[in-house]
Formats: sequence, C-alpha cells, structure tokens
Amino acid sequence: MSPTYRLDSVNRVYGNARSRVHAVADATFDVLDGQRLGIVGESGSGKSTLIRMMAALDRPSSGQLLFRGRDISHLPEKDLGDLRSSVQMVFQDPRSSLNPRMKVGDIITEPLRSPLLRQRADVPTDRTERLREVMDQVGLPFSLRNRYPHEFSGGQRQRIAIARALSPKPDVLIADEPVSALDVSVRAHVLNLLLDLVGEYGLTMLFVSHDLTVVRHVCDSVIVMHRGRIVEHGPIEEVYNDPRDDYTRTLLAAVPKIRV
Amino acid sequence: MKKLSLVVGIVLVSIVVAMALVSLVWTPFDPTRVVPAEALQKPSRRHIMGTDGFGIDIFSRILAGSRIVMLVGVIAVGIAAVLGTPLGMFAGMVKGWSGTLVQRATDILFAFPALLLAILLAAAVGGSTTTGMVAIGIATIPVFARLARAGTLQVMSQDYVLAARSAGTPWLSVARRHVWPNIAPLIGVQASVSFGMAILAEASLSYLGLATPPTVPTWGRMLFDAQKFLFNAPNLTVWPALAIALAVLGFNVLGDGLRDHLDPRLREVS
Amino acid sequence: MSLLSVENLDITFGRRRIPAVRGVSFSLDAGERLGLIGESGSGKSVTALAVMGLLPENAHVSGSVAFKGREVVGASDKVLSDLRGDEMTMVFQEPMTALDPTMTAGRQVAEVVRLHAGADPGAARQRVLDILAEVGLPDPARAADAYPHELSGGQRQRIMMAMALVNRPDLVICDEPTTALDVTVQARVLALLDEELDAAGAACLFISHDLAVVSQVCDQVMVMWRGEIVETGSVAQVLGDPQHGYTRGLVATARLDLARPGSRLPVVEDYWTGGGRP
Repeated sequence: MSPTYRLDSVNRVYGNARSRVHAVADATFDVLDGQRLGIVGESGSGKSTLIRMMAALDRPSSGQLLFRGRDISHLPEKDLGDLRSSVQMVFQDPRSSLNPRMKVGDIITEPLRSPLLRQRADVPTDRTERLREVMDQVGLPFSLRNRYPHEFSGGQRQRIAIARALSPKPDVLIADEPVSALDVSVRAHVLNLLLDLVGEYGLTMLFVSHDLTVVRHVCDSVIVMHRGRIVEHGPIEEVYNDPRDDYTRTLLAAVPKIRV
Repeated sequence: MKKLSLVVGIVLVSIVVAMALVSLVWTPFDPTRVVPAEALQKPSRRHIMGTDGFGIDIFSRILAGSRIVMLVGVIAVGIAAVLGTPLGMFAGMVKGWSGTLVQRATDILFAFPALLLAILLAAAVGGSTTTGMVAIGIATIPVFARLARAGTLQVMSQDYVLAARSAGTPWLSVARRHVWPNIAPLIGVQASVSFGMAILAEASLSYLGLATPPTVPTWGRMLFDAQKFLFNAPNLTVWPALAIALAVLGFNVLGDGLRDHLDPRLREVS
Repeated sequence: MSLLSVENLDITFGRRRIPAVRGVSFSLDAGERLGLIGESGSGKSVTALAVMGLLPENAHVSGSVAFKGREVVGASDKVLSDLRGDEMTMVFQEPMTALDPTMTAGRQVAEVVRLHAGADPGAARQRVLDILAEVGLPDPARAADAYPHELSGGQRQRIMMAMALVNRPDLVICDEPTTALDVTVQARVLALLDEELDAAGAACLFISHDLAVVSQVCDQVMVMWRGEIVETGSVAQVLGDPQHGYTRGLVATARLDLARPGSRLPVVEDYWTGGGRP
C-alpha cells in the first residue's frame, strides 16, 4: 500500500541570484494512511511552506512530491482535482480564513461548488444536505448558516473552518496552527473535535504547531524543522523522550512547564 | 459625529439629484431662450436668483445645469470604475509580467491630467459634452485601477483566498466571490469622491469652452459668461459657484460618511 | 505601605457603560512578582492600563489605584508622565506596534532616558549602549542604529525591555511580553527579565494567559474572569490546588501534559458553567 505522501528531497527556494531564501531544504519523508503527523518548528522553520506545497498551494523548486503515487509538483491546476478534493486545510487565524462578506453556509459549501473537486465521484452533490451534516458534526446549529463570520466567536469560527474542510469528504486534513490563536479554554474544545473527527472518519492528519505540548497530545509521530531542514523525525514518544538532535533538545527544554 | 458626514452628504447629493430630475420636466423659465429685455435683473420673486446677461433666469439655468452634472458624473465615473476596477483586480491577482504591465500602463495614464486629455480629445474630434465626459472618465481610470489593485492585494493575502484555492475555486470565481465583495466598499467610496472631482473637472472644461457648446447650460459655462459682469452683477457668479461648491462638497462628504459607516462594519467583533 | 495598592477598581467603557473591570482589589509590595492570569475579555489588560493611567478617553474609572501612596486615578497628565517611564514602566506584547517604526531603536531608548534622567545626548548614548548590552544584544551599537523592522522579534522585545528598565523603575508591568515570541526566544527573554528585575529590585505585575509562563516568573498569582478576580494566592495554591470552579477548569484544560495523549481533554465547562459557549 503506497504511502499517502512521499516527499523526496523537496526544496523550496525564493528570490534571485543575489538573495536566496531556502525556505525548505531537502525534505524527505513519508506520510502513511491514517497517520497523525505533527510538524513542529519555530518561525522561519519552513513548516508552513512545507504544508502549502503538500496542499498544492505552492510548488516545490525541486524534488519529488508524491501524493498517492502521483508526482504533484508540476501538475497543472486542472489535474489537481483528486488532490484538492482529498486534501483540505484548516488555517490558523479564524479571522482571516473566512470571507467576512460571505454567509457561513456558503463558506462551508464552497468546496462543493468547485467544478474541479466534483471530478471525484464521491464528492457530495446535495449541498444543503451536506451542509446540515457537516455543521452537525462540528457542533454548530444549522439555523446559523445565514449568519456572517463576525457574528461568531473565535472558537466557533474555527469550527466553521473545520466544517468547510470536511465538506468535500477529504481523506487528509492539514491543520496549520489551528488552536494557536484561540483562548486556552477554547483550545480543548477544538482539539477534542479534531480528534473525534479524525478518529471517526479515519482521516490522515498533518498538524503544524509551534506548541510541543499540543502536538504531543494530538499526534502519533512528529517532524521537527529548523531553518528549512527536517532535523528529527519519529514516533512522538521517542522524539520527546530521547531526542537525537541538539535543536530538538533545546526546543524541548525551552517549553515552559507549570511548576507548583 | 461620524453619522453627520453621511447625513450631510446624502442631503446635498439628494438636492442635486432632485434638481436634475425636476429639471427634466419643468423649469420656471426656458433656460435657453434669450430675452435681452430682461437682462441682469436682481433677484426678485419672479426670478429668485435674478437673470443673466442674456436675460435668462439664473435659477432655471442652475436647474438645467444639474442635469449635465449628474450625466457627467455618472458617465465619467462609470467609465472609470467599469474599466479601472477590473484592470486593478487583474493587476492585483496576476503575478508576473502581465500584472506589472497593467500597472505601468495605468501609471502612465495617471500622468495625464483630465484637462490635458480633454484638450487632446477636443482637438482630435471636436469639443462637446461627450468628449469632456469621456476624457474625464479615461483620466480617472488609474485612480480606480490603483485602488482596486491595492484592495485586491490586501484580500489576496488573506487566508480565505488560500482556502478558496484549496477548495478548487477557479480564479474567476475567486475574483467574483471573494475579491469583489470585499473591495466593493472601497470602490463605492471612491466613486462618490470621484463624482465630485468629475463635476469640478467638467466645470473647468466648460468654463474653458472645451466641453459643452455655449448654448447648453452648465454651471461652468455660466461662470464663464458671468466673468464680464463680475463687479456690477456679482450674483451671476455667486450662484453657479455656490452650486458647484455644494455639489462637490456633497459628494466628497458622502464619500467620507460612507467610508466611516462601512469601516467599523468591516472590522469584526471578536 | 504597599508599592501598589488597587482598591475597588471599576472600569466601564463608552456611553453604554460596558463593564470591563469590576471591583478589583489587590496590592503589590516592593520586589514582589504578581501574576495576573486571564483569557481575552477578562479585563487583565484593561487593569494594567488603568495602573499606568493609560486608558482611552471613553473609559470611566472609579476606585483607587495608589502607587507609592500617590493616586493614579484621575491624576493629571503631568503627574502621570513623570511617573511613567521612570518609576513605573510597561512592556507590551507586540513589539512591532509598540515601537515607533520611523525611529531607530537607540533613539527610542535614549528618549526614555532623556525624558526622565535629563542626561545630555552624549551621556544618554552611553546609557543606551550599556542597557542594550545588559539586555543581551550582542552588538549594542549596531542594534542602537537599527530600525525596528530590521531586528528580529526577540531583539525587539529586548529593546522594549531596555526601555522599560533603563531608568531602574520600581514597578514593571508586563502585558503578554512573550506571547508573540518563539518558544526558545521566550525562554531567553524570561530569563533576562528575571535577572533584570533582581538587579533593579523592581516589582513586577506579569499578565499572561499562559499558566506555565506565569508559574515560572511569579510567586503570587491572581485569576481574572469577566472583569473580576475569582482567585488569588501563591502559585502553588492557585495552580496546584485551585478552589474556584473557573480556576479549576482553567488549570485542568491547560494541563495537556497531564492528559493521556489522544484522550478527550477536560474543558472549563466540566468544572464551571458560569462561562459562555466557545
């Protein structure tokens, strides 16, 4: 069974001859079906760039990026239907990830309106029915579908974002710092929701965060990135208890712990 | 205080619109018929603003002039917005040389003042109301293009556009569904302000004799005609000047009021 | 006499008198480190601004804030300006917005020095370089001549700290000073803060939503919820054995390290239902 993702020496370079930025350098790893992979790093680590490439929102400069056996790195948009309908993203900022001038019902069903996504046979066609289902799954009352994003709290907006990601019945969920902008009391609700959904639908999840404690709770394996490079990769407990790389050790040591 | 701008703007603009509508069906006197016998009369109950050098009732000319004002505003701003906005959106959404090309082209156009364009156009095809309106419209395209581009860039940097791409939304739909609704308020406010500018530009053009022919009553033309009588019959100058000033003020203030009104609503309550 | 004594502080905003802070009372002694924990909307930042006398025009304040015996509420701008930057300083969360983007870092620190210590430009420059070195900037001269956007987040926060500490204040108020920083940078900045507070013998009011950070920096802590202080005590008491339902819920939900990975996390509502929906 081929892995869901296989990356081989993926690089992403910006700039010209005078000033180059190596956002991602030599990324090589696999993501298996059903895996919950955490991607950890600080700012400038390249983690956001990496997942954008995996969501085909950006293209690698070099290297192979295989999704279900097909190299998507240079695939034209019209051939990305399978990937787009199977891989959905949840973004960090609940304020900028929802169009303030669209009703939340339309926001959630936008993926279902795309002719590209509908190429895949099992993408739901009855939008209203799917909207009802998906709002129920994330715990939002169907009656709120005609409201606008600003009428909801941060946690609710994240639920809307998650509902949108779920609407085309994806297999892979990529969450980019989904709880970093939320209050502590709201975080647990959203994390619980994510874990429930991933468990119930057997989703593969990529969870990007700078917060090591959150990643430990939610993921089974982890990649640590530092300045564009993957410096550590392995099962969560192994990496956290016995890190091999110095940077990983520094990172783990820097996490503030509640001392009472 | 913020509401005041909106109210004042709406009131002033409504007055101009009302004047234009009314003048379509009625004016106290014929604004184009010369009556030498009644020239230069002071304001009275019959001629509430007096008469001009040709014996024409000033108030009737003001009313008729408001029609041109509205027409010029609508056509000029219409041209500018309808052509400029998509150009700006294109420049903001498309990276690479085509986007830059559009940008540079609008920059070049921006360098031409409306008056200069109007003169060029008048020299080429002869001055008329139409050439005036078109010239003003073309000269204002860059204003809308730049604004649309800036707004588009801002929208494109938001995560919801990435989400739309991730959802497989085609570019044209992204422009229609995400970019346009979020820049529309900006364009609307600019339209109001540009309307005021267009009025001013047209008044200048017809004052210079470059736009409407002398027989058509416009406020700018009225100012030109009033020059001879500046000191002995100042009301010939005062009324059109006041009309222009209030109309321009009205549209500007409406623009301000709209911007203030829309701004807090755009910002979400978290 | 306490260094800072807040009594029955009540703050509402605007014509509709939206309440932000209700009946808040606490005191802070010299050299003490007091944490203020709360989520967004709890009123913690508003309280901090009230202590500094930095509330906006539409704020209605009643109650008393006494700093070294002097009343801050209703005090004139002149009195407050003398205090601020000199005896009482603040470090904000977002250094990019708290620093003037058009002035070099060195000039901004120098401004604080000259306003209160009145040193001439030459002597001020030396003070600036000294304090920049003290806050751990490797090349103080270069940092002093740099603009905020040319520096990293951690460096900018150090500049902010330099501004807050250069006049050896008696009270430093920190409002989420490390929330916007990477975790390794945060660790270094907190260590720096600890050293500097010790060196200056300054008291600190440390505001954060991060329980772990507060527990590291402070000895005493208060928990705010919807404008009120619901619990106060030592860090060991409040975080180790919380009494109030909200605190219990907050601590439970924050302690991911105690939850079994993959299990359902406790939420505040399991302990305290006075709250709103998430």
